[in-house]
Amino acid sequence: MPNQARSSSSEAHIRVQGLTMAYGSYVLQRDLEFEIRRGDIFVIMGGSGCGKSTLLKHMIGLNRPAAGEILYAGQSYWTASPERQNELRRGFGILYQTGALFSSMTLAENVMVPLGELPELSAAERRELASLKLSLVGLAGFEDYYPSEISGGMRKRAGLARALALDPEILFFDEPSAGLDPISAKLLDDLILELRASLGATIVIVTHELASIFAIGTNGVFLDADTKTMLGTGTPQDLLEHPPDPKVRRFLTRGIDS
Amino acid sequence: MPPLEANSAPARCAFERAGDRLILRCAGSWSLHEKHPRFAELAGELESGIARLEIEGREVERWDSSLLSFLLQLANTCRERKIELDPSGLPEGAQRLLALSLEVEERGGARRQTTRSNPLAAIGGVVLEAQRATMRALAFLGDVVISLVRFATFRARFRRADLWTQLHATGAGALGIVALINVLVGLILAFVGSMQLRMFGAEIYVASLVGISMVRVMGPIMTGIILAGRTGAAFAAQIGTMQVNEEVDALETMGLPPNEYLVLPRVLSLAIMTPLLCLYADLLGILGGLVVGVAMLGIGPRQYLTQTFESVGLDQLWIGLVHGTIFGVWIALAGCYHGMRCGRSASAVGQAVTSAVVSGIIGIVVATAILTLIFDTLGL
Repeated sequence: MPNQARSSSSEAHIRVQGLTMAYGSYVLQRDLEFEIRRGDIFVIMGGSGCGKSTLLKHMIGLNRPAAGEILYAGQSYWTASPERQNELRRGFGILYQTGALFSSMTLAENVMVPLGELPELSAAERRELASLKLSLVGLAGFEDYYPSEISGGMRKRAGLARALALDPEILFFDEPSAGLDPISAKLLDDLILELRASLGATIVIVTHELASIFAIGTNGVFLDADTKTMLGTGTPQDLLEHPPDPKVRRFLTRGIDS
Repeated sequence: MPPLEANSAPARCAFERAGDRLILRCAGSWSLHEKHPRFAELAGELESGIARLEIEGREVERWDSSLLSFLLQLANTCRERKIELDPSGLPEGAQRLLALSLEVEERGGARRQTTRSNPLAAIGGVVLEAQRATMRALAFLGDVVISLVRFATFRARFRRADLWTQLHATGAGALGIVALINVLVGLILAFVGSMQLRMFGAEIYVASLVGISMVRVMGPIMTGIILAGRTGAAFAAQIGTMQVNEEVDALETMGLPPNEYLVLPRVLSLAIMTPLLCLYADLLGILGGLVVGVAMLGIGPRQYLTQTFESVGLDQLWIGLVHGTIFGVWIALAGCYHGMRCGRSASAVGQAVTSAVVSGIIGIVVATAILTLIFDTLGL
């Protein structure tokens, strides 16, 4: 896989400034400071329980930072008006860990839920768009299936189709390859690369799948549970070659040469 | 996608015929937010004698899913009619996404056919399903009976802590609501009864009226309905959610029969707690009547209670407790059965809870009718 960093433009799309995340008085991570350029595939790395998914929840506006700011194209999410927040959120596409499809709706209906944000579309158009998104992820013809009738990998791809519904500017993935076999995981990685290349979207991924991290990551941050802060930021390859901390190297080499 | 500038040209496209080739020229800004050509309006132009379709898109200024949706339908139609499609004139990103969405061909037979069913077949289906449902319910009942036998012989496998938790949740947890409802029912019975009895100067019989009706049927029925809504629903939701999370499967593979582990403690707890709650309900109902008797009818409290105890025999109490026990067991069985039969989705849990409450309440009313008939025949 060629290094994708060349094609990323240098503009900061998302900037995290002095972010502290806490549950009540329990601080999970403090002083997080990094930026994500437009078109990056940004990987949030770290061991289990270090706060990767929580960081994602902060970035998509589900959790409020205890301190610090998250800026989207220079605008702070948490000081924006509710209307503006809603507008920003419309530009997010989110793939949850297990797909989070609505189980009482068919796949097409699931994809059509976010399309409800566009009142100017007719019912037939919504349906056509849902078919398009499902064929993009290789699920053509499965419009009328319920999530319980398809496999886990298909549910994940259907979740991606729903995330893509509104042509998002930023795609967030929470453990996209968890629970997938290596080949399906590779196909999903290829799909992510393809979507970035053709849509020009910025992609943020939480993962601890080393193969994915090196195959698609163009930038990343490494969180640590013991020191409760980030240990480094940069491309996965850089982090491996010039590790800011032995822990980063151990993680990226599966502890083999430590 | 970034918002469109106000001065961008609207999306448009047109066909141009050149021999057996067709050229589709797309231009302008394609956006979901604005009006754009729809494939359905142009499908007619693809009809006859075309071997090749070239798409020309150099004048497309901006595009989003609206263009892709259009192209995908176009490509699928071309595939159906064996028309060669050349998308090389499109913007590069659109070309790649179109290729991606055409990459995985629709799996044969994946698409759902909507079949119209024959009404006779539908009736037959209902009857067959009713038969299967009866068999399933009987099998479940049989399993529960076997679990009870194993319990009686100290061989049942379940967590004792579960039984205590359930006893506490179903019994002590319901004291408040059972008290509220039954005091009010006692009050209402006394009040309505006194309006009639006053005409004959027979106010004292309000005590008998309230006592007998509370102890014999009203106490158990009101308690049963509260438990169906409170506990039966909880059982169905708990076990149904465990079913969704595959926890029931986990129990099974550990060699712990879910019927013993989950159903038994719940059935036992309601079988034990419902008669006790009925006794409590009877007392509070009588108390409600007493309030009306003393406050409105001027009967002394001692006189009221003496009248109550004289008219309510011990056999009435037993009949009430038999009602209560049967209701309790029925509610627990209905809740657990629908929980165990729950599907694997959020809406399935909702359906399971609804079925549990509905069949619980229907069961209470039907059982009351049957029991009344039986006790009447026995002359009690």
